[in-house]
Amino acid sequence: MTALSPVGTRIREPLVPRISAMLVMSVFTVYFLLPLWWLLVASSKDTGDILTTNPLWFADFSLFQNIGDLFAYRDGIYLRWLLNSVLYAGLGGAVATLLAAMAGYALAKYRFPGREFLFNVVLGGVLVPTTALALPLFLLFSQVQLTNTFWAIFLPSIVSPFGVYLARIFAAQSVPDELLEASRLDGAGEVRTFFTVSVRLMTPALVTIFLFQFVAIWNNFFLPLIMLRSEELFPVIFGLYNWNTQLNQIPELRSFVLVGSLVSVIPLIVTFLLLQRFWRNGLGAGALK
Amino acid sequence: MTTATPERTRRRVRVPHKGAILALFLPFGILFALFYLVPIGYAVWQSLLVVQRDGTFGQASLVFGGLSQYVLVFQSEAFWTSVVRMLVFGIVQVPIMLGLALLFALLLDSPLVRGRRFFRLAYFVPYAVPGVIAAIMWGSLLSPNLSPFTAITQNIDFLGADLVLWSIANVVTWVYAGYNMLIIYSSLLSIPTEIYEAARLDGAGQFRIAWSIKIPLVRPAIILTAVFSIIGTLQLLAEPQVFRSFSSAVTSTFTPNMTVIATAAIPNTNLAAAFSVVLALTTFVLSFGFLKYMQRKDKQS
Repeated sequence: MTALSPVGTRIREPLVPRISAMLVMSVFTVYFLLPLWWLLVASSKDTGDILTTNPLWFADFSLFQNIGDLFAYRDGIYLRWLLNSVLYAGLGGAVATLLAAMAGYALAKYRFPGREFLFNVVLGGVLVPTTALALPLFLLFSQVQLTNTFWAIFLPSIVSPFGVYLARIFAAQSVPDELLEASRLDGAGEVRTFFTVSVRLMTPALVTIFLFQFVAIWNNFFLPLIMLRSEELFPVIFGLYNWNTQLNQIPELRSFVLVGSLVSVIPLIVTFLLLQRFWRNGLGAGALK
Repeated sequence: MTTATPERTRRRVRVPHKGAILALFLPFGILFALFYLVPIGYAVWQSLLVVQRDGTFGQASLVFGGLSQYVLVFQSEAFWTSVVRMLVFGIVQVPIMLGLALLFALLLDSPLVRGRRFFRLAYFVPYAVPGVIAAIMWGSLLSPNLSPFTAITQNIDFLGADLVLWSIANVVTWVYAGYNMLIIYSSLLSIPTEIYEAARLDGAGQFRIAWSIKIPLVRPAIILTAVFSIIGTLQLLAEPQVFRSFSSAVTSTFTPNMTVIATAAIPNTNLAAAFSVVLALTTFVLSFGFLKYMQRKDKQS
């Protein structure tokens, strides 16, 4: 619990508003956390217990057994999906961040004709819904036989116009021109200066860009839906979706869907909690627009 | 890396560090062109073609058909039903979600609430849950066959034709309310507190401070979240697609994007491309129009 600031305590707020405010916040805490709590509890149960025991409390705790079964199911296809997602989102997010940082930095730190035009085109890209791109991307990729490959998901994922927008704002704020001048006098090349000096100053922004792009790729649904046929290329979210559509034919998948959902969500929640101070700055920057 | 020598560039407009600018911008620029601009252009081009056959069983070939696909788009009942469905969805869900987000943000920012750090995190956690997973969870909780809360779900048909749209709205609200709360909250935090200390000393209550001072100051943040929510609503895909496993009331053309996929699967890619173009334009016009409308209202007041 956080202590009240001295400013807040100067005038004591009346009791009724205080109690009703806490009541509202508590009720919605239940709303936001209960489904996740249920998922955790359900994942820890045998298939038979899920519907017959108290849904919000543990029966015999077999979470780790269930996770083991999930990883072993059909030669570890779930682990394969998890690994795919880490590759698509981790590697894709990293490359997207680097490209966006370079482009945003170029737009922020150099003056050249057409700079504003380029920036506006990129901003327009932020407004284009990515789902509007999925179908034409599929049509284009099928012309060059790239559908149903790793690249069909990876290549579109490394372009982040929103990242360029954030990188431009942060580069303008956090990389002083004097520093670049000093670096020029030392005889360092421009690109070299970017990689040795500027990147370090932009690190908080880069973490934010990476995080948002990582989540966007991890959660992407339209692209795998339209591009992928082979199971071994699925990202984990799409694999789980696929299992969920087969529940009526293969009921024992239900337990795997629940445990798999839990396992796929935990890394995201942990990452978000660990990197809080970074993305909160990023949200603030987005709101300044 | 190449750095252009001053002598060579002086003849035209002299741009210092031209080589560095190209080296830094081009990798993104080329990929942006390949995976954003080209697909958009290609979708527009595809939407202008029609399939033509020589006789009933003749060879099919693609020929330029002008705007004939767009005539079909405007005649497509399934497409417009899905667009109107999402507009109804948005008119109800977006204000509820943003109203809640604003309420939470104001409460967090007021001295009425203790344990801010905890609430902030608890409300934001659903944003880390992918839409597919959120829909699987809520679908399981609301389904009469699968839900552990049978007392409720066997009496109220959350996944029937009447309510399923609002069950999906609940999933979207659950995922995004906390995210929008944080955007509004971070904009509340940037207001200097002296502004309302004076009002507080004059005897204004927290409600009055929120209504007359805070809400007008965070209008830009609210507008931003509204624009993003409008875009998101028209693009809705993952949640209703997952709900098809739980409910037969969700048809294959329930949302505009599902209509695009169903049409492309026929396969009628040219009509699907035309749907995509119309959908992207509708989204753009709605979000951009809302933005301009709010700006004009700002100027008037």
